[in-house]
Parts: sequence; structure tokens; C-alpha cells
Amino acid sequence: MKIIVCVKQVPDTSGKVAVNPDGTLNRASMQTIINPDDMNAVEAALSMKDETGCEVVVVTMGPPPAEGMLRELLAMGADRAVLISGREFGGSDTYATSQILAAGIKKIGIDKDDIIFAGRQAIDGDTAQVGPQMAEKLGIPQITYAAEIKKDGDSITVKRMLEDGFMMIKMQTPCLVTCIKELNSPRYMSIGGIMTAYEKPLEIFDYAALKDDPLIDLDTIGLKGSPTNIFKSFTPPQKGAGVMLEGADKNTCAKLANILAEKHVI
Amino acid sequence: MGYDSKKIEDFKNVWVFCEQRQGKLMNTDFELLSEGRKLANDLGVKLVGLLLGDKVEGLAKELGSYGADEVVLCESELLKDYTTDAYAKVICDVVQDIKPEILLFGASNIGRDLAPRCAARLHTGLCADCTHLDIDVPQYKEFLRANSTLDVDGTKWDEGDRNLKMTRPAFGGHLMATIICPRFRPAMATVRPGVLKKAAPDQAKADAVQIVRPNFSLEASDLKTTVLAVEKAAKELVDLIGADFIVSVGRGIAADVEKGKKIAEDLANELGGVVGGSRAAIDSGWLSADRQVGQTGKTVHPKVYVALGISGAIQHKVGMQDSECIIAVNKNSAAPIFEVADYGICGDLFTVGPMLTEAIKAAKAAK
Repeated sequence: MKIIVCVKQVPDTSGKVAVNPDGTLNRASMQTIINPDDMNAVEAALSMKDETGCEVVVVTMGPPPAEGMLRELLAMGADRAVLISGREFGGSDTYATSQILAAGIKKIGIDKDDIIFAGRQAIDGDTAQVGPQMAEKLGIPQITYAAEIKKDGDSITVKRMLEDGFMMIKMQTPCLVTCIKELNSPRYMSIGGIMTAYEKPLEIFDYAALKDDPLIDLDTIGLKGSPTNIFKSFTPPQKGAGVMLEGADKNTCAKLANILAEKHVI
Repeated sequence: MGYDSKKIEDFKNVWVFCEQRQGKLMNTDFELLSEGRKLANDLGVKLVGLLLGDKVEGLAKELGSYGADEVVLCESELLKDYTTDAYAKVICDVVQDIKPEILLFGASNIGRDLAPRCAARLHTGLCADCTHLDIDVPQYKEFLRANSTLDVDGTKWDEGDRNLKMTRPAFGGHLMATIICPRFRPAMATVRPGVLKKAAPDQAKADAVQIVRPNFSLEASDLKTTVLAVEKAAKELVDLIGADFIVSVGRGIAADVEKGKKIAEDLANELGGVVGGSRAAIDSGWLSADRQVGQTGKTVHPKVYVALGISGAIQHKVGMQDSECIIAVNKNSAAPIFEVADYGICGDLFTVGPMLTEAIKAAKAAK
């Protein structure tokens, strides 16, 4: 049994973000982090490894520097890593990305009792689409928004969160699960893990490595193969700041309450 | 006729997937139908509600009252509880057969599970969690004039462009992007709950709605998952999206979490509203996840939004900046929350909060 975890390196959108004059993101100025939900997916895999001794493979698609992130995950306890990287893959939307990742996962190989974990969504695009689209391209079932996962035999039972409650769902393996932060608290790298991270295997799949897969066609990957295109991008205008009230005492509060009363909002 | 998502001339009409849970329609359905009505009018085509479930025919009229000309109804015992497998199979079969040009879903946990699965199978584009939709270029230009810093009049436009323009925040709200799906149909989108306005229901439209029952096949063997239980949340969930008054707390209450929450509750009670929180407040475990306002939480537009001890990270602002009136209390006069506040008070929430509650009580009594 093995678990494949899909991760993404993302710009840290919670920090300072620089936008270029043309409305695109100045990525060079930003810190990169491992996408937060993906950390919960990694932890889910590693705790299942603690329990069952299964193999954990981490896979990402991204530019060559993403190797650093994969080494960190190896230091946390993953057994091997795969970096899917190639100029042909650049500019992919979620559809095209899912085709490439699915082809990469097929090359790694999925057996009957394998599970794929991914984060619910990445903080740069916030789409939550690549997980389900990958599952479709692989022809395996999916459960999204997982808050609890239990493995038993050739199936897993998952607590899937809804806005107004949850569902308990049983699913056959092989399958794909997307994870939310309620699932667990991600562990840190261990000293021993850091020592061995560079000895563990890290493979790179480029276009040539994947091109024989029927999912990989220059018409269905990359910018040209993406069904969606960006029509316009822009920065939202800053709403004009309102009134800064003088002082922070009873009078100030009374003044504010009176304004609200005059405007009939209270 | 075979299905080819590239033959865009074969596709017609605007479809809305109308989600129901335990036989009850979702508010998002009405928001989407109201918006879908406008899109269908722009295109001069029909608006169709797509309804799946077990014995749900009785819901069709309600969909009609919000603008659906037609309801495509798929009923089966296997569609009683939502499963990705069953819903995706039925929707994809029906879409491949009838070929709508636009297919919208609510961006609920279910919509965001189902729509990408369908888009991948249908080989078409899907835009996630949209907050604005347009067909007509002149209307889209109006939208940009009001909501962007783009040089709208200095840009060359194809005024006849009939693609669905799907606008959404990206990069945690730092950027807005308008996405199109020019080469494939249906153009698909999930739409953020609580953002689009729902129209008033119309009884005449409800009575006129046509029900269409398409052919589809669904066997128990199509399902690779089994729903063991569907549980409602044990406690009453807060309705942030429908609230007129929201008092939210952030990292500022860290010094005394219980006291900070109590201050927010008192103020919310006085206003007749509810308590929300920033991501920091939810991630710290101070408030439950249903109370989160922001890009990864809910988008709200109450009459009054009070931010107590919230610095105003962009991902928070994107979820609350369209509130009618924003009041911010923060110790740091440079906090970004003041950039979107109508009224700002630079002070400690632990002292200003209770004073504000008292002042509002007094102002109401004086009326």
C-alpha cells in the first residue's frame, strides 16, 4: 500500500503582496510556502504511515526550485518525491493541471489499495478544483473536505464536512481525498529527517517522461491546452477611507451611535 | 448526435444546478436563478433549473418563481443523498444529451465537489467561486469602471463578444480576474453564496414552469462510495450571510479571549446581530468555523459591520468590504482595516466595545 500526496508551493498571500503595474502578481517579491491545506494532507499520509508502515510519495508540479519544498517533506517523513516540471506545462489552468498530475501519478503507479491525498484548495487560486478533476482523469472516486479518515481493509471511511453538518462516507480504494485543516495538526521536520532528506529518492518527470500518456497532448496541457483563459485581471480599487473619529471615549461612542441613529441604521 | 465540447454552436440555454439537501432547496439556488435569468435574457435563450433528487418534483415551481422557464428533473432513490459518483454521472449524461451553453453551480461544499468532476468529464472550462458574471460587453465595461482601476475607455473591445465573463478574487483577494471559456461549451462556473442578489419570487412564473424528464441511467454499481450517515451540526449554525448586523473579532481579543467574545456578543445582541471572526480568531479556536468572514470564510454584506481588534488583512477585507457601513475599532491607527472603514476609532476594544454598546442602547432609547 502507498499514499501519494499532491502538494503545491504557493506565494504567501497572507503577507505583503506586490502587484505589477499591469495587474499581474510580482511573484519574485513574495515568499513561497507549502500550501497550508496540503500540509494537512501530508500529515494524514504520515500518520497512516505510522500506523500501517505504508509508503508515502509526495508529488508536485512546479518550477525546479520546488525541489526545496519536496526535500522538506522528505525530512518530515515522506519516502520519495516526484517533481513534475517542464516549460510545456506552464500556464495550465485547473483542467490542464489535473491532466498532467494524473499522468504523473499513473507513471508512479496506483495499486488497488493506494490512496491519493491532496489539500482542499491552494491559497493562490482558491479553486479546490484540481483534486476532483484529477480523480476524474484517473477514473477513481473522490471525497472532498475530509475532517476524519479511517482506513479499514480495501476501503476508507471519511467524515466529509458540509456547511450545515457532515456526512460519513465509505469509499473503495484506490481513491482520492482532499483534506481540510480540521483533520490534524501537521508535524515538524525531525533532525533525523533532515539528515536523511537528501539521501531519499527525488525523481523529476519532464514533458518527455510523460508524453506517451494519452492525457498528455500539447492541445490539452499548458496555456494553449487550457479551456479557461484570463480575459482581464485587475486590482480592486481601495474603498475610500471614511472618518477617523477623534478620541476613544464615551463621547466618541455617543457621537457614532447618534450618526447611526440619524441614518436610521439602528 | 455525438457530444463534442468544441462544437460551441450545438449548445444552447443557461442551466443552473439547483442543489437540495433533504428535500429543501438552498438559498444559492434562488440567487443563481435570479442571475441566470439576466444572462438568459442577454443571450435571448431559456433559463433551465437542473434538479436532482428523490421525489423532488414538488420543488420545481419554486424554481420557476425565481425565473426558471424549465426544470430538468432527474429523480431516483440513488439520488436521495448527494454522492459525487451518482450526481456527476446523471449531470454529465444529461448535459451531453441536451447541451446547455452555460452551467452554473453554487459554490457550496457540494457544488465545489461536483462541478470540477463534471467539467473534467465534459472537457470544458470551469471557473471557481465567482462573485460577478456578465455576458454583454457594455455591462461588463460598466462593472469595470465601478470596480477596477483599468483604463476601460482606452482599451479596445469586441462589443459583440458573447462569452460568459466570470469574475473572481485571486491571490487571497489581492487581485481580481475575469475568466472566459472561449473554445468549449458549456462554460461552467461555481458562484459564491450570498454575493448575487436574489429577485422577488413571481407566482405567475411558478405556475408556468415546464418540467422535462430526460432519459438517464443510474445503477447502484455506478456508485463507488456509500453514504453511511448525514448529520446536521449539533449546534445551531450562525447565519452570517443573511445577517443585518455583524460584530467580528480578531487577534485583538487575544489578551482575554472570553472577555473579548463577551463584549462582541453584547454589542451584537444590542444591534440584533451575530458574532463573526477573522481567520486568526477561527484558527486560534476562539470561534467555530461557521463564523469566519473572508476569502476562505464567508462573504458578507450586512447593514453594519463592526470589526473589533481586526487588523484587516486583504483576505478578510475581501469578505466584508461591501458591507453598507463598516465600523472599526483597533489600537493601531495604521491598521489596514481603517482603509475600508466608514468610521474608525483608534482605541482598545476592551474599553471601547462596552462603551459602544451602551451608546447604541442610549441612542435607541432616545429615538
